Amino acid sequence: MLQDKDRIFTNIFGWQGYGLEDARKRGDWDGTAAILARGRDAIIDEMKTSNMRGRGGAGFPTGMKWSFMPKNSDKPHYLVINADEGEPGTCKDRDILRHEPHKLLEGALIAAFAMGAHAAYIYVRGEFAREIKHLQAAVDQAYEAGLLGKNACGSGFDFDLYVHAGAGAYIVGEETAMIESLEGKKGQPRNKPPFPAMAGLYSCPTTVNNVETLASVPTIMRRGGAWFAGFGRPKNNGTKLFCISGHVNNPCNVEEEMGIPLRELIDKHAGGVRGGWDNLMCVIPGGSSTPLIPANECADALMDFDGLRDLKSALGTAGVIVMDKSTDIIKAITRLSKFYMHESCGQCTPCREGTGWMWRLMERLNAGNARFEEIDMLIDVSKQIEGHTICAHGDASAWPIQGLVRNYRPLIEDRIRAYAGILQAAE
Amino acid sequence: MPKLTIDGTELEVAQGTSILQACEELGIEIPHFCYHSKLSVPANCRMCLVEMQGSPKPVASCAMPCADNMVIRTASELTHRTRQDVMEFLLINHPLDCPICDQGGECDLQDQAVGYGYDRGRYSEAKRAVKDKYMGPLIKPFMTRCIQCTRCIRFADEIAGVPELGLLGRSEDVEISTFVEKAIASELSGNLIDVCPVGALTSKPYAFAYRSWELKRTAGIDVMDAVGSNIRIDSRGNEVVRILPRLNEDVNEEWIADKSRFAYDGLKRQRLDRPYMRVDGSLQPVTWDRALEVAAAKLKATAPDRIAALAGDLVDVESVVALGDLMKSLGVANLDCRQDGAEFDTAHPAGYLFNSTIAGIEEADAILIVGGYLRWEAPLINARIRKRLLAGGLKVGVIGEHRDQTYPHKYLGAGVETLQAVASGNHEFCDILRSARKPMIIVSASIFAGGSGIALQALCRQAASMFNMVTDGWNGFNVVHTAAGRIGAVQAGFLPQAGGLGTRAICKAAADGRLDLVYLLGADEIEPSTLGKAFVIYQGHHGDQGAHRADLILPGAAYTEKTGTYVNTEGRVQVSRAAVFPPGEAKEDWKILRALSALAAKTLPYDSLGELRSRMAQIPAFRDGATPSPSGWGQFGTAGQIENRVFPAAMSNYYMTNTISRASVTMAKCTEEFLEFQAQPKTGTEG
Amino acid sequence: MSGKSFFAAEQPTSFVFTDENLRRAQAHIAKYPAGKQASAILPLFHIVQEQHDNWIPRAAMNYVADMLEMPRIKAYEVATFYSMFNMAPVGRHTIEVCTTTPCWLRGSADLVDACQRRLGITLNETTADRHFTLREVECLGACVNAPMIQIGEHYYEDLTRESMVGIIDDLVAGREPKPGSQTRKYGSMNDSGTTTLIDEARQLGVAVQETV
Repeated sequence: MLQDKDRIFTNIFGWQGYGLEDARKRGDWDGTAAILARGRDAIIDEMKTSNMRGRGGAGFPTGMKWSFMPKNSDKPHYLVINADEGEPGTCKDRDILRHEPHKLLEGALIAAFAMGAHAAYIYVRGEFAREIKHLQAAVDQAYEAGLLGKNACGSGFDFDLYVHAGAGAYIVGEETAMIESLEGKKGQPRNKPPFPAMAGLYSCPTTVNNVETLASVPTIMRRGGAWFAGFGRPKNNGTKLFCISGHVNNPCNVEEEMGIPLRELIDKHAGGVRGGWDNLMCVIPGGSSTPLIPANECADALMDFDGLRDLKSALGTAGVIVMDKSTDIIKAITRLSKFYMHESCGQCTPCREGTGWMWRLMERLNAGNARFEEIDMLIDVSKQIEGHTICAHGDASAWPIQGLVRNYRPLIEDRIRAYAGILQAAE
Repeated sequence: MPKLTIDGTELEVAQGTSILQACEELGIEIPHFCYHSKLSVPANCRMCLVEMQGSPKPVASCAMPCADNMVIRTASELTHRTRQDVMEFLLINHPLDCPICDQGGECDLQDQAVGYGYDRGRYSEAKRAVKDKYMGPLIKPFMTRCIQCTRCIRFADEIAGVPELGLLGRSEDVEISTFVEKAIASELSGNLIDVCPVGALTSKPYAFAYRSWELKRTAGIDVMDAVGSNIRIDSRGNEVVRILPRLNEDVNEEWIADKSRFAYDGLKRQRLDRPYMRVDGSLQPVTWDRALEVAAAKLKATAPDRIAALAGDLVDVESVVALGDLMKSLGVANLDCRQDGAEFDTAHPAGYLFNSTIAGIEEADAILIVGGYLRWEAPLINARIRKRLLAGGLKVGVIGEHRDQTYPHKYLGAGVETLQAVASGNHEFCDILRSARKPMIIVSASIFAGGSGIALQALCRQAASMFNMVTDGWNGFNVVHTAAGRIGAVQAGFLPQAGGLGTRAICKAAADGRLDLVYLLGADEIEPSTLGKAFVIYQGHHGDQGAHRADLILPGAAYTEKTGTYVNTEGRVQVSRAAVFPPGEAKEDWKILRALSALAAKTLPYDSLGELRSRMAQIPAFRDGATPSPSGWGQFGTAGQIENRVFPAAMSNYYMTNTISRASVTMAKCTEEFLEFQAQPKTGTEG
Repeated sequence: MSGKSFFAAEQPTSFVFTDENLRRAQAHIAKYPAGKQASAILPLFHIVQEQHDNWIPRAAMNYVADMLEMPRIKAYEVATFYSMFNMAPVGRHTIEVCTTTPCWLRGSADLVDACQRRLGITLNETTADRHFTLREVECLGACVNAPMIQIGEHYYEDLTRESMVGIIDDLVAGREPKPGSQTRKYGSMNDSGTTTLIDEARQLGVAVQETV
């Protein structure tokens, strides 16, 4: 278990103020100019040493991502900070925004410096109205204290940071959709290539980073990439914020070491599964897009990228949704199916047409009003969407359903039988 | 130059070539809906996915640029299965109304469903229905058929420059919509019907008329403006039922303007289908023999200096050469083909042609537009400028009326004064012209009417010289005409002969009683009352102004009814084929003139179209039928005093500019929808 | 032909920002590079909703589009894409119940039911007095405090039927309900005491889990 001295987010629950004074007491903005003085390459190397993988869900190595930004470019560079948190089961960035905003701002400055970006936009989901107010207040304080703006932190580097409110669209969390939205358009993901590092915001080199990723950067810089890399298993390093929701006794967020066993995470921090571990039905380990893991596989599950991949799921955003045996799992996944239909941007044929088809089928399966072969057809349809769309929304809509059928097919079949039985009884 | 392998064939393609384009180079057809070669690439339909070695997912071939060592498989199991998958999704919410859909038989979705559709549907949920929108008199939408490919949006945004279409909402509820329920305010809106791959946007005038396979297709040339758009005339029996564009990258690409596409219903109305003669003040039908006898007698009996002939805007080269030969053989010098009274020096072709060529616009980096309203006078030249502008690095300045050009431009001023300032280097826009590598001037021929035409032409030439618009391999001096027959007639020499009168002088002389006989070959744009008491012979196809004034009517053929040659504003010589026969007793025009010449004892020396063509080939401009011949550069125009005035547009109503479009009900509806509606005082609530 | 319209049938004929809101709008526009003013469309639409009873009439879309020098249809596209923008009038308070799976697992269906019974309306309806609109929304990103709702800018978390009705009662009575978690002192912390940052917790007097 991670020791308290190694936690990055020491005010994650908001015990103290979020403002600059309290943040400084927690060590934020300490020697930032000196960090910048190390130079772009050294900062990027430090990030590479840390083995940090993006905390937004895809897990792409952060240092490598930064290094994709062109070194000699006559166009402005941009940093876009993804605070459009909306993956069901995930609520970690919200805590950073409202309780630790200065960590994010400092991380943004360091990252922007490393990539030669003189401007950054923090794209916060519009529903986080209160969080936006905290964040904006923090930005204002930082400007006033000379930490942002011209000659930020006395480093000689000019850096402007703006808060941008979204307006309710899950898909905008996809980085190119976020760029489109920031340009004042519908949030529809862009086709790649070109990748944002070549042509992103306003067709300029752009990097999009998650809030948690950036907020971890100052501590990594101060304590060293090797310190961060010292946690977790190879290629799965560092500390991570986990969100544990659903059927646990004490749902909560917690910062833990990567690779912590799922059971330990639930038992130690969330008060255990409601009704005890044996009452567990399954867990969605990394936000709603990741396929569920049935109880029998949960006991040994390790909460990192590779550990969950081995179980045909994924770490995603580390939003752990726990379901006990009282759960109507078909209905739970049907509701996710509706979510993916509602949040499809509507541009690609398979996702636009397929998510609605799957949801309607799921509703019938949930009622039992279906034929056995329609279960296979549902899997067929999900595979027709998967891998055929511009962004990963199509895949994300397919995986929960595939996870359901893979693990609970007999349950679905029983429901069809029951529905048929009810019909017979009615006659 | 990336090298890749497609279906086992290695090839090298230009940098930036997409996989789909590379496949086309190999003759491999990739099914697609959203991709259109002239539009941006959203890659949203997903029909063009192909297998790429090393990629876990199939890639969108329309958007993926070729790269070294790519291995693409377009005929693999995975690729085929993927197409079937996407096709099934496209069809689940598409209505099964092909039997009543106008797109049937020429529908991309239908065609590709044959290749990749399953033989039965698995979708048993409720289908989506979408409310239809009102989109004006030209386009009939059936939005339930829409597959959301967004081609129409991109066409409106990118080509037409009227961003009035959008995809509203999200998820499966997305809908193509206009900005309010109204027609698309573009002269190019009909192309939306062509770019729509399904039957969501269909032609309103053609609605439920015929099936595409029932139609005869004829390659024609449009005469609604002087661009010379290549068109396909679709006919059924002896009726033209539809006009579509034909691809010609040098001229109209694959677009045509709305008047070219939709004015065809005017071909059926107000037609002159038999000869008439004015008897006791009213027109009475007569036989051809009688009509020609009278005409010949008039020609023989009238002194040549008391005869004049005017050629109209829609004349083909064959007719105008025949009329010119006849008149010249009679010794008539009073000839003109410029009904608008435009005066310009024809000494050198460079002085009145679009020398850069239309495609050449894409090389220009600065354009000075002088007079007129290109958007109406030559919508496709305007579209080409917009295309060039979107590619980046072009600056446009406009002298003339301050109107929406569909692209950003600098408005410089209203008329002569501004042109003089620019031509003498005393205008801020001059810096742009000076620093341009390939600067261009586009002059609307309309400025040559209304006095001092030749001096204005010289002034424009002065501007071209001042900014080095004519260099080795580049001629940036361009004139835009609006009459399809104008350049052909000018080059055929249908101009005032030595001592002869021009249009304005002819009208004046006729009014003053100094002319006894005026021969109008499709000339309807002059005020009939100006012809005084002269005996007027009108040869043409519509009962318009000319016919109403006529004393003798010789019914001719419209452009769809004769094989004729037209020379566009670039000097490009193109032949249009006859799609149908002229109505009733009407005849092809050159034949009328040939018959008349015999009776007038000045028999024209050609008995067939072939012989007439040989005669035409004696004129250098008509020798090469394929491309505009480089006209070089020379002296033209004469500097002189020019009174300051504004340059008005050549037309007040785009939709009605000639006898055919004035007879068209569709064009009348457009006039009402686009011009009269817009002219109404604003109430502030129209959105 | 069925199919719905994206816009309310009844539309006001004009819209302009108040002086104060115009100033705020201009401050937003200034955040983006010259010529990229379209970027400000979401912030400006938010201001429109604040000023205009929480919905965006067509006149306001036109107004904002013109202000940002973008085609009006593109503003319509944006307005209809994002779920926070209302295209038709709504009640004074819009109760948005998150019903996505994490909230559903913890009883969001009860909240919907409680709201419906208390207000006498079903989802997507507005009360006759136009005080309340009830709506289900997708994940609001407060899953460890499920079930939860949003009203205006505030989240109300860790709700039960009773606390849900209590919030409505407060609003009906003109009182301001307490925002945030209805049961916890610290938002996302284990409500039986923290399991991490123990020393600090003890210093600050924050409850620490007994087992630690």
